Amino acid sequence: MLAKRVIPCMDVKDGRVVKGVNFVGLRDAGDPIELARRYDEERADEVIFLDITATSDDRATTVELASHASEELHLPYTVGGGFRSVEDIRKMIAAGADKVSVNSAAVADPTLITKAAHAFGTQAIIVAVDAKRVAGGADKWEVYVAGGRRATGIDAVQWAQEAAKRGAGEILLTSMDRDGSREGFDCALTRAVARAVDIPVIASGGVGKLEHFAEGILEGEADAVLAASVFHFGELSIRQVKEDMAAHGIPIRM
Amino acid sequence: MICLIDYDKGNLRSVQRGLEAAGAAVVVSRAPEDITRASGLVLPGVGAFTDAMRTLEATGQADAVRDAVREGVPFLGICLGMHLMFQFGEEHAKTGELTPGLGIIPGVVRKMPKEDSRGVAHKVPHVGWNTVDVTDDALFEGIPSGTHFYFTHSFMAPESACTVGTTTHSVTFPSAVRSGNAYGVQFHPEKSSDAGALLLEDFVRIVERA
Repeated sequence: MLAKRVIPCMDVKDGRVVKGVNFVGLRDAGDPIELARRYDEERADEVIFLDITATSDDRATTVELASHASEELHLPYTVGGGFRSVEDIRKMIAAGADKVSVNSAAVADPTLITKAAHAFGTQAIIVAVDAKRVAGGADKWEVYVAGGRRATGIDAVQWAQEAAKRGAGEILLTSMDRDGSREGFDCALTRAVARAVDIPVIASGGVGKLEHFAEGILEGEADAVLAASVFHFGELSIRQVKEDMAAHGIPIRM
Repeated sequence: MICLIDYDKGNLRSVQRGLEAAGAAVVVSRAPEDITRASGLVLPGVGAFTDAMRTLEATGQADAVRDAVREGVPFLGICLGMHLMFQFGEEHAKTGELTPGLGIIPGVVRKMPKEDSRGVAHKVPHVGWNTVDVTDDALFEGIPSGTHFYFTHSFMAPESACTVGTTTHSVTFPSAVRSGNAYGVQFHPEKSSDAGALLLEDFVRIVERA
């Protein structure tokens, strides 16, 4: 049976992991490759490097990171952030990234998803959706772009459906309301998207406690759960998380 | 010398590194002559069946592989490389037509269904770590049934007498095949941690013994 995945995500700026890393035993806690190797050894199911560098000048650093990762890691990895064209994606895939995640550029030009899926296969294209609950009580969420700075007026569930139709292989769904809150995933949002699309959904944003991971799968109906700081700060280990998921009856790979 | 067949379908570095870690000398090559010279062949690949076959036929790599496999040179197809071992594929083929593959194993590679026999929905692409039920074979020496490997695909190989491993998602499908010395795996051993490393070692041993 297909295991539910646990995915540590690293925000990378100018080639360094940001958002705090507090691991003992790492020579250089800011080095994304060294941190990813640690997660590889702990049996994370895959890792994501999210390039949050503001300018496009530093793309070369990220391509280098992808290439370095293909030398060092024994698990699949995704590189996200900053893609504007099929050519940008081509460079990253050629450097060794198994998948790329596109966000703002796909909203600006949805045909980018189709073109990229055709060039590299559906399985290589993740569409990242940053969603924020619309005020007023109803279960509705709006898509934000530009690192969550700009509202688009687009409905998150409909956008996820369109992305899937256009050839996305997975949806990486981040709740902006929950991101950094440590209150757990927005399971209503996750479930709404997971039920609306026939491709896997990765839940992101809000993990603060062990049981949040199982909630994302059981209540959010996600196919994979993503977290950053709880892993980076060593509050929770991948093993602990997987053991808790297994105790909830969720199929995992130990 | 193992020839890792390059046909512009993605980065080959992790496969190369995996084979080298297993003790093999590896040449990454686009040249059909390197296929003919090699003592073992690995055909990796992500992407679509039709586009891949078009490239392999145009370069002469396809015929070089067919000849080598006929002569008993050990071969390992990974993911799309496994699909290409079959007679036909429907991915990106013209409507109503099928694209001929390498023809090592009979059958047609088709899209994985999104529902199981009870009508329960399953997500396709089939992405992530799933288990392989292994029938005893040299490629899985030291790897017990139920071991997890990393999969990412939307198409699947057909049932045949060549199945040596199966995996279940919406349906149970062949995740490992063998015809003589030609092997294929649906998952990515190069991305499958220690279990994947073990499988590549087993293949390298098969090449050494041949």
